Amino acid sequence: MRRILIKGNEAIGEAAIQAGCEAYFGYPITPQNELTEYMSEKLPQYGGRFIQAESEVGAINMLLGAAASGARAMTSSSGPGISLKQEGISYMTGMELPALIVNVVRGGPGLGGIAPAQSDYFQATRGGGHGDYRVITLAPANIQEIIDLTSECFWLAELYRNPVMLYADAVLGQMMEPVNVKSDNLFSKYRTRDKLPKVWAASGQKNRSYVNKLTSLYLEPEELEKHNLKLNKKYDVIKKKEKRFEIINPGAKYFLVAYGIVSRICKLVVKNARERGLNIGLIRPISLWPFPDIAFENVMDNARSFLCVEMSMGQMIEDVKLAVDGRAQVFFYGRSGGVLPKPNDIMSVIEDKMLKGEMIET
Amino acid sequence: MHYCPGCTHMTIHKILADTIDELGIKEEAIGVAPVGCAVLIYEYFDCDMVQAPHGRAPAVATGMKSANEDNMVFTYQGDGDLASIGTAEIIHSAVRGENLTTVFVNNAIYGMTGGQMAPTTLIEQITTTTTKGRNSKDHGYPYKISEQIANLDGASYVSRQSVHNKNAIENTKRAIKKAFVAQQNKEGFSLVEILSTCPTNWGLNPKQSIEWIEKNMLPIFQTGDLKTTD
Ligand SMILES: Cc1ncc(C[n+]2csc(CCOP(=O)(O)OP(=O)(O)O)c2C)c(N)n1
Ligand code: SF4
Repeated sequence: MRRILIKGNEAIGEAAIQAGCEAYFGYPITPQNELTEYMSEKLPQYGGRFIQAESEVGAINMLLGAAASGARAMTSSSGPGISLKQEGISYMTGMELPALIVNVVRGGPGLGGIAPAQSDYFQATRGGGHGDYRVITLAPANIQEIIDLTSECFWLAELYRNPVMLYADAVLGQMMEPVNVKSDNLFSKYRTRDKLPKVWAASGQKNRSYVNKLTSLYLEPEELEKHNLKLNKKYDVIKKKEKRFEIINPGAKYFLVAYGIVSRICKLVVKNARERGLNIGLIRPISLWPFPDIAFENVMDNARSFLCVEMSMGQMIEDVKLAVDGRAQVFFYGRSGGVLPKPNDIMSVIEDKMLKGEMIET
Repeated sequence: MHYCPGCTHMTIHKILADTIDELGIKEEAIGVAPVGCAVLIYEYFDCDMVQAPHGRAPAVATGMKSANEDNMVFTYQGDGDLASIGTAEIIHSAVRGENLTTVFVNNAIYGMTGGQMAPTTLIEQITTTTTKGRNSKDHGYPYKISEQIANLDGASYVSRQSVHNKNAIENTKRAIKKAFVAQQNKEGFSLVEILSTCPTNWGLNPKQSIEWIEKNMLPIFQTGDLKTTD
């Protein structure tokens, strides 16, 4: 085992290559450019194809084609670019195509800014584009986890034949951290999960006795409903099997709920609180969809209230409230536009709202 | 078939399918269906097929080529699909010199959505969004996108053909064959534009539609090879 220092965006690229990514399609946008640049340099060295597309619309549809033909492929972008990709993502879920989509989230709406945000939570977890569909969304909180989850994303995508989103933010993309790697073959263990056979792929008939046709068009209402019911069944299986989370201090009465970079700030709050003799818990969703509501069941017996902390004006809080289902108070603290919540400010909210037992719900 | 009587989408399907058979490339062929009247083309072709979002077929085809460059990948697109919403995708596939073949069906109108103006609609042509006829002041000019593509270094073979008579059909077939051969030889992007009828939205019967191509379309969209490597 060896430790190396690597930047988040580049770690995604390297982990993807080591996971057997065969094609990457991207269009420059800050704060994820290091990933596009890394792939342009490295992917061809491993025999993969890199294309700088003419737009994000081009990129997502190239991804659709590569996935349809059976390649393990990915794209990456941020805010405005992810919005442009939504049409393609909707088609890919309808056609049941596996692929990795990376969103290194920046602040919005509109052109917004290039600083870190978590304000694409609704877009990521509610489908994002048109139609009834879901995208598995995983949110790493450190660079080691970026590496682990990137390969996991490819695996889940192929297992369920559905696009999967790796949802990071500008801090995670830009920061450098030491990670554990095996000897000199960087992340080689992630290669071990081989590609599943893609008997459905439109890869040219070759030796098959049948041809493959991939479409999301069902003109008969009953046919489309049947298709949507089938997709829904798959989403139910995903909800059952793929909820991921971390809980700190499960016996606490007061809990912070946060994901990604904000969860690390919250961990600091938990530590500071303990030094002052206060037992604060933390629930950290790792899968944003499916949302890990079961994590709340684990702590509900003692829990008095939850404080959801986000870099948004309040998006994940809706899922938190659904999970809590009126059984405890839910408070919110959010910063937006690229401003990071500070540990002291979170502590003040804990003191003012949770500990004083105020009944003002947000 | 789901096409209206007298619609030459059918003729073009037949020419394309025959060419694939004659070249013996069915097992490597993957077609990309557009959004437009030809959206169901995948029902009629006995090879692997993928249905793309509106205008994005060349990007989808690019991805498919990335998965396996030895496959013979073609897109089939209408004028709204290719020359309006999908302008960026078709132009940049040619700019990159993607080794693809595009069959571009120009009927000077949006067929599927009920006869609105297309970028290729002729001056004075009546559509549901140019009810007094297209005029250049309000609606711009018919878009000769094939000429533009022929100017790109990444394009190897670009041709405009028609299907209004037997001779034209034979020329179309030769052109499609040439386009696939260019792809086989990895020469770069190839495209065949084909002038086609839309009797339903032109408000003409099948015979009048053929005459309309000859009288109105051919003078503006002149047929012949626009770029060849030989
Ligand atoms: C994003 C999007 N916008 C609009 C439509 C509606 N639409 C369907 S077909 C079509 C135009 C088709 O015209 P053309 O490409 O000329 O093909 P034709 O039907 O004439 O063969 C449009 C605008 C759509 N399906 N998707
Ligand atoms: S609407 Fe026009 S293009 Fe479409 S099938 Fe009918 S005749 Fe053909």
